[in-house]
Amino acid sequence: MTEKVILNTLDYPEPGTLANYERTGGYQALKKILAEKITSEAIITEVKASGLRGRGGAGFPTGLKWSFIPRHFKGVKYIVCNSDEGEPGTFKDRDILRYNPHSVIEGMLIAGYTLDAQTGYNYIHGEIWREYELFEQALDDARAAGLLGKNILGSDFSFELYAHHGFGAYICGEETALLESIEGKKGQPRFKPPFPASFGLYGRPTVINNTETFANIPYIVRNGGQKFLELGKPNNGGTKLFSVSGPVNKPGNYEVPLGLPFTELLQMAGGMREGRKLKAVIPGGSSVPLLPAEIMMQCTMDYDSLAKAGSMLGAGSVILIDDSVCMVRALERLSYFYFEESCGQCTPCREGAGWLYRVVQRIERGQGRPEDLDLLIDVSKNIGGRTICGLGDAAATPVQSFIQHFRSEFEHHIEHKRCVDGCH
Amino acid sequence: MGVTNMLHIEIDGKQIDVAEGSTVMDAADTLGIYIPRFCYHKKLSVAANCRMCLVDVEKAGKPLPACATPVTDGMKVATKSEKAIRAQKGVMEFLLINHPLDCPICDQGGECQLQDLAVGYGGSSSRYTEVKRVVVNKNLGSLIATDMTRCIHCTRCVRFGQEIGGVMELGQAARGEHSEIMPFISQTVDSELSGNMIDLCPVGALTSKPFRYTARTWELSRRASISPHDSLGANLSVHTMQERVMRVLPRDNEAVNECWLADRDRFSYEAMNSDQRLTTPMIKQDGLWRATDWQTALEYVAHGLADIKAKHGADAIGMLATPHSTLEELYLLQKLARGLECGNIDHRLRQSDFSADAVQRGAPWLGQSIEALAQSDAVLVIGSTLRKDHPLLAHRLRQAVKRGAKLNLINPVDDDLLCRVAHKAIVAPSVMVNTLAQVLKSAAQEKNIELGIVYRDALAHVTPNAAAQAMAQSLAAGQRIAIVLGNMAQHHPQAATLHSLALELARVLGARFGFLGEAANSVGAYIAGAWPRGSGMNAAQMLATPRQAYVLLNVEAELDSYDAQQALAAMMSAQMVVVLSAFKHLAADYADVMLPIAPFTETSGTFINTEGRVQSFNAVVKPRGETRPAWKVLRVLGNLLQLPGFDYNSTEQVRQELLASGETDVPGMLDNVLKEAVLTDVSVKVNGIERIGEVPIYQLDAIVRRAPSLQVTQDAQNPRAWVNAALLHQLGVSEGEAILLKQGAGQAHLAVACDDRLPDNCVRVAAAHPMTANLGGLFGAISVERA
Repeated sequence: MTEKVILNTLDYPEPGTLANYERTGGYQALKKILAEKITSEAIITEVKASGLRGRGGAGFPTGLKWSFIPRHFKGVKYIVCNSDEGEPGTFKDRDILRYNPHSVIEGMLIAGYTLDAQTGYNYIHGEIWREYELFEQALDDARAAGLLGKNILGSDFSFELYAHHGFGAYICGEETALLESIEGKKGQPRFKPPFPASFGLYGRPTVINNTETFANIPYIVRNGGQKFLELGKPNNGGTKLFSVSGPVNKPGNYEVPLGLPFTELLQMAGGMREGRKLKAVIPGGSSVPLLPAEIMMQCTMDYDSLAKAGSMLGAGSVILIDDSVCMVRALERLSYFYFEESCGQCTPCREGAGWLYRVVQRIERGQGRPEDLDLLIDVSKNIGGRTICGLGDAAATPVQSFIQHFRSEFEHHIEHKRCVDGCH
Repeated sequence: MGVTNMLHIEIDGKQIDVAEGSTVMDAADTLGIYIPRFCYHKKLSVAANCRMCLVDVEKAGKPLPACATPVTDGMKVATKSEKAIRAQKGVMEFLLINHPLDCPICDQGGECQLQDLAVGYGGSSSRYTEVKRVVVNKNLGSLIATDMTRCIHCTRCVRFGQEIGGVMELGQAARGEHSEIMPFISQTVDSELSGNMIDLCPVGALTSKPFRYTARTWELSRRASISPHDSLGANLSVHTMQERVMRVLPRDNEAVNECWLADRDRFSYEAMNSDQRLTTPMIKQDGLWRATDWQTALEYVAHGLADIKAKHGADAIGMLATPHSTLEELYLLQKLARGLECGNIDHRLRQSDFSADAVQRGAPWLGQSIEALAQSDAVLVIGSTLRKDHPLLAHRLRQAVKRGAKLNLINPVDDDLLCRVAHKAIVAPSVMVNTLAQVLKSAAQEKNIELGIVYRDALAHVTPNAAAQAMAQSLAAGQRIAIVLGNMAQHHPQAATLHSLALELARVLGARFGFLGEAANSVGAYIAGAWPRGSGMNAAQMLATPRQAYVLLNVEAELDSYDAQQALAAMMSAQMVVVLSAFKHLAADYADVMLPIAPFTETSGTFINTEGRVQSFNAVVKPRGETRPAWKVLRVLGNLLQLPGFDYNSTEQVRQELLASGETDVPGMLDNVLKEAVLTDVSVKVNGIERIGEVPIYQLDAIVRRAPSLQVTQDAQNPRAWVNAALLHQLGVSEGEAILLKQGAGQAHLAVACDDRLPDNCVRVAAAHPMTANLGGLFGAISVERA
C-alpha cells in the first residue's frame, strides 16, 4: 500500500479531529516554518519541486501560481480555498473536509505565510452543509489551539481564516465567480485578464486553490518537494483522490499515486458489478471528454496520460458507464446540467447550452432529425472557446465526445426513435 | 503623470501606435475599423458578455473579445478573417435564436443594433427550431416601456445604473436562460437620469413609454436644439414628424452633456403637444376671455402700456421674465422696458436678496468650465438639491468623487447624492451663513492666511466647530478646489453674504468659485441686461410694491416667484397684466391679455449656459396655431410703441446687436467677484420653525410642469411637509396626517412626512407647486400646526 497524503487520518475513529491530524504529523510543517523562519522563496521552491498541480481540474502548477503573487506588495492579500465542488461525478473535497479539514487549514496557513497574506476564506459548496459545519468546528479548534488568529504560536505571523458557504450554484466553482460570490455579488465569472493573482478578492492580489491542493501542502513542506514528487511520476507529482462512481462494486474516493494504471483503480473499486460491461469512462468529471473503454483501459491515471488519450484528469472524478446505458440519454442528462447551471452572463453559453440540451432531448424522445448531429457539433463548436469562463467549453465537450465516440448510437436513435437494444 | 508607453498594433493590415492600457476595440475605433458590438459602450465599464466583438488575435488560440483585450506591443489582429467572422456569426446566431424575429412590430425597428448587425452577420434563415424564450415584462414607471423578451442581456442598463446613475435600479437576476433584467421586486426605475437606459438598450427591450408606437425612426426629422431647463445647456436632437415634436434624444457634446440627458430634458417635450398650449391671442373683456387676432391684441397691449405710463409714469410698469427665455427675448424685453424709460426689469424671480447688485462686476457664472469642475479634487457645494436641480452636473461630481475628489456640503437638506460625501453640515437655512463663516475662519487658520479686514470684523465672534474645521481641512488638502453656490444659496435671504463669504473662502483656499446657475439662460439673462442694473426695481421690489402694469415673459408669477403669495397679490392688484406664454395657466385669473408665444422648439434663439457657453438653436417645428416667437411679438410691440431700433429680421440680428463680436464677447462679461463684500449678520437664527423651500425637479418651469409622463414619476409626487422626528413628535402628529402651514396671510394643508436627516425646527415644503402657491417666501419663518 502506498503512502497516503490526505486520507491518512481514516485509520482513526473520528478522523477529522485536530488530535488525529496531529498524530499524522499535522501542523509540524507550520511549526517548522515559524520556528526556523523559513523564507517564502524556499517554500515556493519546494512547492515547485513537488510537481503539485492544481487539483480542481485545470492542473496548473501550484508553485508557479503562487509565484505570480506580488509577495512584496505591502497591501492586503487573500488566500482563498475553492471547496465549491459541484460538478457531476466529483465528491472528493467533501471527504477531505469531512475527514481531514486541518490539512486544508494548515495548507492555507502556509500559503498565507508564504505570500504574506493575513486573511483566508474557504468557500464551501452549498449542498454539503454538514461539512461546512465540520469545517467551522475545525476552525474553532485551530483557533483554540493558537493555530489561527493573531501571533500564531507566539510568532509575528497572524492569519484569520473564515468558512463561507455558497448556495449550490455550479458556476461559483469558477474561481472568479467564487470571488464575486464571497464579495456578496451575483456569482458570475469575471473576464480575465486581470487574473486573481493581481486583481482578486475585493480587487486585491489573491491566490485561489482547490481544497485538495491545499491539503497536499503540509506534506510537501514537511517532507520536501522531491518526496512528494516521487509519490507520483515526473510532472505529475504526488497522490490524487479519485472519485469513482458508476456500476462498480465499491464506488468511492481512492487516494492513489498519480500514474496508477486505470485497470488497478478499477480493481480497487471492486471491479464492475456482476453482469455489467464497461462501455466508456469520463475520467475527470462531466466536463472532460469521455473515452471509450478500450482506450481507457490503456491509460494511467495522471495528467499527461489522459491528455494524450484525448481527455483530461480534471478533478479526478471517474464516471464509469456500462453497456446498459443509452449514450443519448446520458448526454441528455449532462446537457441539462450545463443548461441549468450556465450563469447567463455571456451569449454563447446562455443561449447555446439550452439549444444543445433541447436538440439532444428531442433525439432522446425520438424526434431527432438526421441533420441534428452535425448541428450539435457545429453549435458546440460555436460555444467552445468563445465564452468568458470554461463553462461554455464544459457544456460543449460532452456533446462533441459523446457523438465522436458513439455516433452510431445517436444515429440509431434518430432512425429508429429508440435506444439500441439492451440500453435504456 | 508618468510618460505613457506607446504600443504598436496592426489591425487588418493597418498600423497604429496606441497608449498602454488601450484595448483592441479602442485601437480599431481610432483606425476607423468597425468591430460589431452590443455590450461595449465607451462610457461604461467593459463587460465582455455579448461576445459579438470576437476577433482573431495572432498567436491566441481562441478568438478574443476586442473590447476587453488589452493591446500588447506588436500585436496583430484580424477582424475579418475567417476565424473572426465565424466567431461573430456564431454569436449572432445565438443572439437571434431566442430573440423574437418580428421587427415590424417592434418599436426599436429601424434603429436596432441587433437588426442592423443581423443584416451583416445573421443567417437568412434560422437553424433553431425549438421553442423560444418568453420573458414577462416589468413595470418600470411612466418613462421606460419594457419588452423583456427582446433583451439580449448586454447589461448596459445595469451598468448605467451602477456607474452613471449612481443607483443600481436594474439587475440581472436568475441564471442561464432564465436570467432576466429586472428591478428590485415591484420597484420602478426612478433615477432622474433613467431615460438614458433607453438609448443604451441596443434592442427593443427598453423603449420610451411616451414615444413608443407613435412613429418610425425613418419618418423622423432630426433637428439640433438646446435644453431650456437647467443651466447645463444639454445638447438635444429633437425628432419631429409633421411639425410635431415626437421625442428628444441627446446630441453628443463631451464638454456639456457627454452622451447623456436628464429625464427632464428628454421628456419635457410632451408639454409642447399638450392641450394646455395657448394658441390664440386672448383678451379679457368684462371678465370673460375672448380670442382675438394679433393686431388687436398687440394694439391693446401697446395702448395699455402707453396709457399707464402717461397716467402713472413709466415706473408703474414692471417687466418680469424667466431665465428660461432666450437671450434674444430677454434682450428685447429689457430694450422695450428701457425704451419706455422703465428700469423695472428682472429675471431673478426666486431671488430674495439683491444687495449684491450694487457691487456686481459681471454676470454670475460657474467660474470655470463644466469639464474643469469635473476635474476638481475638492468641492464645496453650498445650498443645493444637487441631483434634482442639476442632474447631469451631479453626475459629473459623482464621477469626480469616484476618482477620489472630496465632496463637502453645507445644505439644509441631506438627500442621497449617491456618492461619498466627505463632510457635510446639514443645518437650518438661516444657519448656513454661520456655518460657511466657520469654515472660512477655519480655512484661514489652516492656510495661515489673514482674512480681509471686513471679514475679520464680521467674523470676530464666529468660532469654528469641529465639523467646520474638518471641512476646511478637507478642502485645503485639495489641489483643484471648487466652491459653488447652488439654487438654494442663490434664493437665500442672505444670498449676498453667502456669496461674499464663499468668495473670500475661495481666495483663502486658492479655489475656483462660481454659481450653479438656476436656469438654461441665467447667465444669458444677465448679459442681455434683463436686470435693473442699479436703476430700477428688482423682482422683489416690483412685487412688494405692486405696479400698475406687469408684462410677464414665460412667467407664472405664483409658481416662479420667491414669495408666491406676494406675487399673486401684486398681479391681482395690477390694472393690467400682459402674459406672454406658450401655455394657458392660472394667469387666466389675473391677466388681461394672453399672447401665445413659441416655446424653444418653435423659435430660434440662444441660451448661454452656466459655464458661459453660447448655444444658439433654430426652431424645430412651426409655431402651433397662432403662436408667434416672442422676439417677433416684442419687436412689433416696440414698433407699436414707436420705440427706435426695433427693426430686426432675425434673432441673429438681435444677438449681433448684443454680442457684436459673437460669443467671444461673453467671457469678458462674466465675473463672480464683487467690488466689495456684502456682509450682513453672520449669526442670524430664525426663531421658531423655518421653511426650507425647494423647487421640485419637475416644477422648474412652465414646460416641465405640463409634461404628463414626468408628472406621474416618483419625483413629481404631491409636495409634503417634511420634518424630522423631533418636530414630528413636538407637533403631536404622525406621518401621513394633514397639517396646516401658514406664512403671512396664506396657508396650505399638506400631509406631513418624516425625514430625520432634516435639521431641527425646519419644515421642508416645496414651492413652485399649486398646492403651496398660497404660502410666502421660500425661506424664513413658517408656522406649522395640526390641521
